[in-house]
Amino acid sequence: MAAKTSVRLTDHLVRLGTSIFEGVPRPAIILLGALMAVLLVAPWLVNDYLLTVLIVVLYFAFTGQAWNIMMGFAGQLSLGHAIYAGLGAYIAAALFTRFGIAPWLGFLAGIPVTAACGATIGFLAFRFHVAGVYFAILTIAFAEFARIGFDHLDFVNASAGLFLPVAQYAHNDLWHLRGNPTMFYYVILAATALAFVLCRALLKSRVGYFWLAIREDEQAARAVGIDTFRYKMAAVVISAVVTSFAGVFYAFFYNNLFPEQVFNISRSIEMILGPIVGGIGTLFGPILGAFVLTGLAETLNTALGALGLDFPGAKQVFYGICLLLVVVALPEGVWPWLARRVGVGERRQ
Amino acid sequence: MSALLSLQRVSKRFRGLQAVDAVSFEVSVGELLAIIGPNGAGKTTLFNMIAGAIAPDAGSISFAGEPIGGLPADAICRRGIGRTFQIVRPFPALTVEDNVVVGALLHSRDVGKARGRARELLRRLDLFDQRNRTAATLTLPDRKRLEVARALATEPKLLLLDEVMAGLRPTESDRMVATLRTLNRDSGLTIVLIEHVMRAVMALASSVLVLDHGTAIAQGKPEAIVRDPAVVQSYLGADAV
Repeated sequence: MAAKTSVRLTDHLVRLGTSIFEGVPRPAIILLGALMAVLLVAPWLVNDYLLTVLIVVLYFAFTGQAWNIMMGFAGQLSLGHAIYAGLGAYIAAALFTRFGIAPWLGFLAGIPVTAACGATIGFLAFRFHVAGVYFAILTIAFAEFARIGFDHLDFVNASAGLFLPVAQYAHNDLWHLRGNPTMFYYVILAATALAFVLCRALLKSRVGYFWLAIREDEQAARAVGIDTFRYKMAAVVISAVVTSFAGVFYAFFYNNLFPEQVFNISRSIEMILGPIVGGIGTLFGPILGAFVLTGLAETLNTALGALGLDFPGAKQVFYGICLLLVVVALPEGVWPWLARRVGVGERRQ
Repeated sequence: MSALLSLQRVSKRFRGLQAVDAVSFEVSVGELLAIIGPNGAGKTTLFNMIAGAIAPDAGSISFAGEPIGGLPADAICRRGIGRTFQIVRPFPALTVEDNVVVGALLHSRDVGKARGRARELLRRLDLFDQRNRTAATLTLPDRKRLEVARALATEPKLLLLDEVMAGLRPTESDRMVATLRTLNRDSGLTIVLIEHVMRAVMALASSVLVLDHGTAIAQGKPEAIVRDPAVVQSYLGADAV
């Protein structure tokens, strides 16, 4: 009986596993497999500094993927995604420092809060037809409310900041997310891979088609019977909850949280640069974008240092110029262009 | 047999313009009604009110015996009214096939099944060979056909077609007429179409409604309508009568 059940379960998992890759061109599977293999062994190949850089890359790949659900799929521009990461971070960190609750449980506890936050913003916007740039402004406003609110919330030390105990653990404690960078690296790698699989599954499902229809032409979407309010709400809530996990990771990796930093609009902008550079609405764009941007920043650091051009602000200026060039040369993003070159051909969905 | 669609004194005003003025008519199951009239007669406004894109100021609209006036467009589509837009609105970045899949997903939770249904419709509307192109790259007549396919994918009981023949060559227009007739005959699909191409109207419509300046000035069999003095006057001016 139990054997039979386990066989059926295995069957189910195999079918799920193959269905994830259904319709993916063979070169894409090979490239993805190769990338995953390299990333899996990376901690043995690179030094501690580069490993930290890779953690940052994967962090932005993850948040970019989460933001892309809203903008790339459903066409709703959020410029306030820091609010979801910030809420996730603060809830998990506060539960850990105050009550010793493990971050995984803290993440679960935060889900209703971030979902409700996304639903509130979504409801106000979609119910009262706040769209386009006005919607973007609304998302910024909410992130600002959160920043000011948390600056005065004594439960999480207000503007003085919330600190997690940075004890040197003899071993990695995955349950409490206390350990060395290698452990954090694998956590964010797994999360990014999961987010990728989740986004692909969503995109290939009924809700994914409805999102694309809404993004392309909302009135036409309604004319084919799509309850656009409901599906836009779903996009905001899913995107918010996925983003909140990045916040939990951030809190436990950096061990300190300040409202001024966590909810700052520049956090929101950082999240969306990856998908914009990589390719909005594509699955691999946010990942490639994160690599390109962090790679660019690191290269600039080294290059400007070597050239003796490390005056204050030099990095930002050159970074800005490079971004400008990428966006002008490849307005669809780097990935759709590269995908055509390598014959993978993931169009903008 | 009660009417599938019934409008009672439906009106819509845009500021100073009375676009539609107390228009009443009924469409019974299986009928093919053509709405004709000069530019600005209020045909598209009437369509937009039936399809829920805009709400009427006055009057009542009922479909299958239930009032639908003022319901949102998506709710009306789910009740069984499909439509095309006069100024076409396909989902431009999606492939031709995916455009139709979106429509088919209204009544199917399974993407594979919806895709099967979409391909069937694309064959019917001569778009199968173009199914992998993005909708934005199609010619205007093809985009009109795509809109028909997408609307049909939602399995409507009533199909509203807003000038789908415009821009088609006579042979293409004949083919579209044949397709619509087949749909009407085989599945009992009721069709209301706005049309300027009289060749298509005469070949297709079982009855014709004529609008002028927002009011219905005549309704009847196509052969009778084209001889109606009021209709001739509205199209050609008083001297022609």
